[in-house]
Amino acid sequence: MKREIPLMIVMVTGIIMFLQYFFPGRFLFIPFISSEKLFEFLNDWVMVIGILSLPLGIWSLLKANVNKLKAADERFYSAILLMGFLVMVISGWMPEWRTKGVHLAIFQSVLIPIQSTIFSLLAFFVASAAYRAFRARSVLATILLLTAFIIMMRFIPMGPISDINNWLVEKILMVPNMAAKRAIAMGIALGATATAIKIILGIERTYMGRD
Amino acid sequence: MTGGQLLLNGLAAFLTLCIFSFLYRDNPFYKFAERLVAGVATGYWTMLLFHTNFVPVVWNRLAHDGRYEYIIPTMLGLMMWTRFSKKWSWVSRYSIAFYIGISSGITITLSLYASLFRQLEATINQPLTFDAAGISSFLIIVGVLSALVYFFFSAAHKGSMGVISRIGIYVIMIGFGAGFGMTVMGRIALLVQRVIFLRGYVNSLTAFFGG
Repeated sequence: MKREIPLMIVMVTGIIMFLQYFFPGRFLFIPFISSEKLFEFLNDWVMVIGILSLPLGIWSLLKANVNKLKAADERFYSAILLMGFLVMVISGWMPEWRTKGVHLAIFQSVLIPIQSTIFSLLAFFVASAAYRAFRARSVLATILLLTAFIIMMRFIPMGPISDINNWLVEKILMVPNMAAKRAIAMGIALGATATAIKIILGIERTYMGRD
Repeated sequence: MTGGQLLLNGLAAFLTLCIFSFLYRDNPFYKFAERLVAGVATGYWTMLLFHTNFVPVVWNRLAHDGRYEYIIPTMLGLMMWTRFSKKWSWVSRYSIAFYIGISSGITITLSLYASLFRQLEATINQPLTFDAAGISSFLIIVGVLSALVYFFFSAAHKGSMGVISRIGIYVIMIGFGAGFGMTVMGRIALLVQRVIFLRGYVNSLTAFFGG
């Protein structure tokens, strides 16, 4: 009961959502069931279950950090995290508060600067990773870095050489890059479809955890 | 610039420097900014999802629109909270089953249509003429097929298969190189933006104090 019924639910809902795509208008020709309405309604179920699961994550974060308040070396940092969370929740409680006042000020002066700085830090780490990859001296690593170098040179004004480089960049992006991205997209689509079929058929059950 | 704006920009500049301090090594300033952003981001997303998902999809439909069919997904969402109890955590499998089943059913049609059929159509549906556009189209087809062959493991990559898969990995490496170059330039752009912000803040500080 604890595993069989969930497996049945997965199979039935998965097949319904798969079939509704092939029956535009009336689902399985049943007069009073619209495929579009069914899709919209069941899609909302996913959203509702997802949003009501959010407290689980918040609870877990809060619990972990409240526990850390007991540890002397972590106390200050956990208090900062909890304070940041509480201030944002309280300051954004009413919908109109979110677009002004403390909530917006913290968003613009804390969240945006820190996030963009963290991403800009990656420039240094990516550069060091490129250096290590280049030391590998393999043909494939050389192709990768040569392409990256040509793409990056596009942003540097170099007079007449820029024209040639821009032409080369356009060709790289529109031909081999597009071919690679398409092949990868197709591979991902096939992988996602295979995984979804395995889940619907009950072959893949790891999402249910252990008893 | 007012004193308040200067103060907020000062906070943003301080946090930017805190994050940059990680380039030296992990330190209390970085930890402070890291935990602060974790708390603030959690609070921000909690309130964003609360106002954009929970209120319109759950609260308004049940309390204002009289759409009582939404009691079912709401109950399923609340059943997720049984994960707090070891004894009753199996009940949450029913909610997970609906979530996974519906998502899997959608994934099959969506990924096959958007990432496989549309990509195949875009690859095949191109004119193979004896001009630059035709040659590009031909090279895209060769690139996509050879990259797909590289991911095909049901046959040994020897002989002609080996040659094609070798071309495939070259195409993929060019694609990765292009992605790598774009990523690095994106990060560099963010870094430039942060440095410009810091310089602007120093200038406004000087102007404010009449320097």
